[in-house]
Amino acid sequence: MSENSIILQIKNLSKDFEVKGKGLGGKKTVLHALNDISLDIREGEVLGIIGESGCGKSTLGRCIVGLHKPTGGDILFEGKSILKLSSRERFELCKNIQMVFQDPYSSLDPRHTAADSVSEPMIIHKTVKGRQELEKRVLELFQQVGLDIQHMNRYPHEFSGGQRQRLNVARAISIQPKVVVCDEPVSALDVSIQAQVINLLKGLQKKYHLTYVFISHDLSVVKYVSDRIAIMYLGQIVELCNGGDIYKNPLHPYTKALLSAIPPESPDENKERITLEGEISSPIGDREGCPLAGRCPECMERCKKEVPSLLSYGEEGHQVACFLYESKIVQGGN
Amino acid sequence: MSEALLTVKDLKTYFYTSGGVSKAVDGVSFKINRGEIMGIVGESGSGKSVTSSSIIRLLPAGTGKIVSGSIDFDGTDVLALNKKELLSFRGKDVSMIFQNPMTSLSPVFKVGHQMTELIRTQQKVDRQSAYRMAEEALMKVGITDARRRMDSYPYELSGGMCQRVIIAMSILSSPKMIIADEPTTALDVTIQAQVLDLLKEMRKTYQTAILLITHNLGVVWKMCDSVMVMYAGKTVEYTTCRNLYHKPLHPYTWGLLDSMPRLGSESEEELSTIQGTPPDLRLTGTCCNFSNRCPYASEICKSVVPELKELEPGHFVACHRQCEEGGLVRGGVDQT
Repeated sequence: MSENSIILQIKNLSKDFEVKGKGLGGKKTVLHALNDISLDIREGEVLGIIGESGCGKSTLGRCIVGLHKPTGGDILFEGKSILKLSSRERFELCKNIQMVFQDPYSSLDPRHTAADSVSEPMIIHKTVKGRQELEKRVLELFQQVGLDIQHMNRYPHEFSGGQRQRLNVARAISIQPKVVVCDEPVSALDVSIQAQVINLLKGLQKKYHLTYVFISHDLSVVKYVSDRIAIMYLGQIVELCNGGDIYKNPLHPYTKALLSAIPPESPDENKERITLEGEISSPIGDREGCPLAGRCPECMERCKKEVPSLLSYGEEGHQVACFLYESKIVQGGN
Repeated sequence: MSEALLTVKDLKTYFYTSGGVSKAVDGVSFKINRGEIMGIVGESGSGKSVTSSSIIRLLPAGTGKIVSGSIDFDGTDVLALNKKELLSFRGKDVSMIFQNPMTSLSPVFKVGHQMTELIRTQQKVDRQSAYRMAEEALMKVGITDARRRMDSYPYELSGGMCQRVIIAMSILSSPKMIIADEPTTALDVTIQAQVLDLLKEMRKTYQTAILLITHNLGVVWKMCDSVMVMYAGKTVEYTTCRNLYHKPLHPYTWGLLDSMPRLGSESEEELSTIQGTPPDLRLTGTCCNFSNRCPYASEICKSVVPELKELEPGHFVACHRQCEEGGLVRGGVDQT
């Protein structure tokens, strides 16, 4: 994969939200949703982003598609910054970056038929000429995502969750984007339906050489679809590695704890749990040191004062942000 | 240990809606021993939550009705209880933990208030000692600064913390059984692991039986002694946890097991899926409910409802083909 060009480059991205203080006229505080995130996304790869709720993974996805305006840093699409575009250029960019949302129920307009929803992006972006071509294309898309073409004139409430998510996928790929941000696309679905949608997403990715940013909290799903995985904790990427490595060779204490917390895959498996004390600390207000400090079983004095940066370690492409590995970090890494 | 605490026989709960009769639970039988953790797994709409609400008779008045069957809890017939008896049955004998911890607590009262109120409805104690009992219960479930938490409103607590409060409330009256309906679905994995560990510990200390309803097989492997797989209101397989993993017999169970992505697997192979979608519950009950999705289905499956049969000791399966001579072999049919 390494010879592929970088399609999306995230540089020192930060996103802060202002939170109202307690009571009337309370002092405003700042919630740091994303903290200095740098990430390269290569063309044609599936980059999985995993983390617990509140770690900023959805915010990252939303920044990429432009639903949030970052407070710092930059995002480059094919080498061009997407944050300083005119509205005309921004509109053009939407053709290339599309999104599939988590909730298949609220992400479809209840007053549009299935065919309307799928054809809307193509009408807006004028990618097809004339009614006939549009109909042909919608038909094609329905077949591609495995929906019955007889259901074209149905309304969203007449579909099941899995079917709706297929509709969402059809809508996202209708204008042939290069990057699709999938924000928890299967977490609202049942296991058997989940597998169908995952297969569909993977199939489409191979067929059209799409680039996915696949956001999920389910490690087994992320591992299954992704070429590379970024593990996020409290607005920072703590580890970045190839899909297989996360299971074989997790480095960061948080990754290890996450792996040990996953329910076993058989009744015979007896996992040794690495417990993290307490709960995720609040992202509100300024923080000193490593985000995991305080919960980490291997917390050192230094962790409480300095923030470790994401550095390459050992094998190709494996990056970790932890002082434990600092001595083994490859020089000249990212 | 082997004494049965809860015996449910041929339970049928129907919902009478304007669109027809929805057979949410259509003949379910199982039993739970003292101190046993039993799991019910199934997809949404398979009737697992309705089964649990039926046990404590928490069904929407008017539409939901237990049509037939019997529920025996520790010698009492639950279906014959009157309103007053029901009140002490819920909470004292059986307590329930719901999926969403945030909505199970009242948002307008402090945690301490809600807990002492619960204690004082069940036991004759004064406010101070009730408060102390509540504080102790909170410490037992691993809340460190219990006193401060008693003084907070539910919205000030995180999801995992709320679920701990609810578990603390559910053990206050030392019930014989806890029904946990998707207790960890709304929680993150690390918090989920904490809550599950806590439930397991509660079982150990209080010998409480737990009925655990979940759609996550991983949770079942971690927690349960026995497990029942439900599909479209019916039990399709009922056996011990180990048996279900090592020797699953029903095609639906196979599909369920195979469609889970595994951490150790190679991502090149395609996930196997169960084709199609679950049936409309208003139209079930004339054939095997799984027959339209089952790759092994034959003529008999489409015309006769399969009965739950004990194929091996302690292993119940409802499948025509599996009960035939020779039975079925997993993966014996090309599912594509």
